[in-house]
Amino acid sequence: MQITVNVNGDDYTREISPRLLLVHFLRDELGLTGTHWGCDTSNCGVCAVWLDGTPVKSCTVLAVMADGRRVRTVEGLANGDQLDPVQQGFIACHGLQCGFCTPGMMLTARALLDSNPDPTETEIREAISGQICRCTGYENIVRSVRWAAEHEADARTAASQEVPA
Amino acid sequence: MQVPAHFEYEKATSVAHALSLLAQWGSEARLVAGGHSLLPMMKLRLARPEALIDINDLDELAYVRLEGPDLRIGAMTRHVQLFESPLVAEHYPIFVDAERVIADPLVRNRGTIGGSLCQADPSEDLSAAFAAVDAIAVIQGADSTRTVPVREFHTGPYETVVGPAEMLVEVRVPVRPGGSSAYEKIERRVGDWAVAAAGAAMWLDGDAVSQVGIGLTAVGAAHFHAAEAEDFLRGQAATDANFAEAGRIAGQNCVPSADQRGPVDYKRHLAGELTTRALRRAAGRARGLEA
Repeated sequence: MQITVNVNGDDYTREISPRLLLVHFLRDELGLTGTHWGCDTSNCGVCAVWLDGTPVKSCTVLAVMADGRRVRTVEGLANGDQLDPVQQGFIACHGLQCGFCTPGMMLTARALLDSNPDPTETEIREAISGQICRCTGYENIVRSVRWAAEHEADARTAASQEVPA
Repeated sequence: MQVPAHFEYEKATSVAHALSLLAQWGSEARLVAGGHSLLPMMKLRLARPEALIDINDLDELAYVRLEGPDLRIGAMTRHVQLFESPLVAEHYPIFVDAERVIADPLVRNRGTIGGSLCQADPSEDLSAAFAAVDAIAVIQGADSTRTVPVREFHTGPYETVVGPAEMLVEVRVPVRPGGSSAYEKIERRVGDWAVAAAGAAMWLDGDAVSQVGIGLTAVGAAHFHAAEAEDFLRGQAATDANFAEAGRIAGQNCVPSADQRGPVDYKRHLAGELTTRALRRAAGRARGLEA
C-alpha cells in the first residue's frame, strides 16, 4: 500500500507492506540511518523518533501508522549547519561514548526541553527512563541536557536584552 | 529482525466505521490502538490476526472529562494524557500513581487506556486501578451500547467480555466526595511489569471507612479485585491496624504464580503489604494529610 510521511519537513511517498515497522521504513526505505535499531521489543529506546511532535519508539509503530503524519528524526534536529543546543551539549559534556543510544536520547531531550525548559536532574532522568545507555554514561547525558537548558536560557535572556537598532 | 506476520491493514475513520470493519472481518481481526502490547505479541507470533483495524485516527475517543457524576475517560486516551490530567489528579490520584510506574514516558506517549484494558494482561496496572475505583466499561456494538463493571470485564488472561464485533469506547469512574485513592507497585526495575501491585480507593465518614475498593494485579486475583479484604474493612475504623489486617486478607485470598519475578509466598507477602500501604496512603490523602 502507498503511504506519504512527512519526515523532517519533506514528504516521502513509498509503496510498503503494512507489516513494515517505522524504524525500518526510516532506515531502509529512506536511508535515514540516524535512527538506530536496537532491542526490537520497545525496551531500549534507541529507535526513538517524534511522531506528530511526540517521542515514540519506532520499533513498535507501523510505518503505515505514520501515513499523513509528521516524523522527526535525529537528521532533523540541527537547523541547517547550526547544531541544536542539545547536540552541542552532548559534544560539550561528552554525552556519548559508543553513540548507539545518542540519537534517541537527544530527541527525547529536545522534547523535554520544549515542554520544560528548566528541568531538574530528576526530571531529566525520568524523561530518558525508557532509554538504555549500555555504556552507562547517564551522568554525562544528564549534564548534556542541563548544558542545553542553561545555554537556551542564556540565549533567551540575551535575546530579550537586545535593543533594537 | 522481529516483524509481524503478514496481515491486512484497515484504517478506521470513525467508531461506526471501526465496528463495520470488525463485523466484516469477524473474529480474525484485531483493533490496534497504541500497539505497544499487540505489536510485540505479533512479532513473537503470540498473536496473528488476519487483519488489523487501526483506530489511531479516532481522536473523538481521546478525552478525560467530568460529565454528570462520572469522570469519563475515552478509550483512545493515551497514558500520558491520563497521567497529566488535572481532573484525574484532583479526583483519583490512584491513576497518577499508577501511570508514573507504567512502562516509560515514550511508551506512555503511545499506549492507550482502552488498549491496556482490552489487552487484559494479568499483570496490567490500570486493570487493578479501575477495579479498585469500581469503574464502568462502556462497550459499543453496531446496534447498541452496553455497560459492564470493570470488575466483570476480564474473563481470564488476555480475555475480556468485549465481543468480536464490539469495542470498548469509554471508562466511567464515579466521582464521590470524602475519599481518595492510591496505587503501590513493586517492580524488578524501573518500567517493568509489576511483581505485585495494589490500588485502593477509600471514603471516610469521620474515622470510619464508609466505602472502600481494592484492586490487585500480577497476583492472580480474580477480576483484579480483592473483595474479601474490602468486605472486612467496610464500616471499620480507618486505622493502621485494620489496614494491615485488610492487607493480610488480600494476600491470603490471591493466587499468585511462581515465575522469574518471584515465588508464591513472596508475591503473596507483597500483595498484602502493598494493599496495606495503598490503604494507608489513600486514607492519608482523604484526610488531607498527604499529597
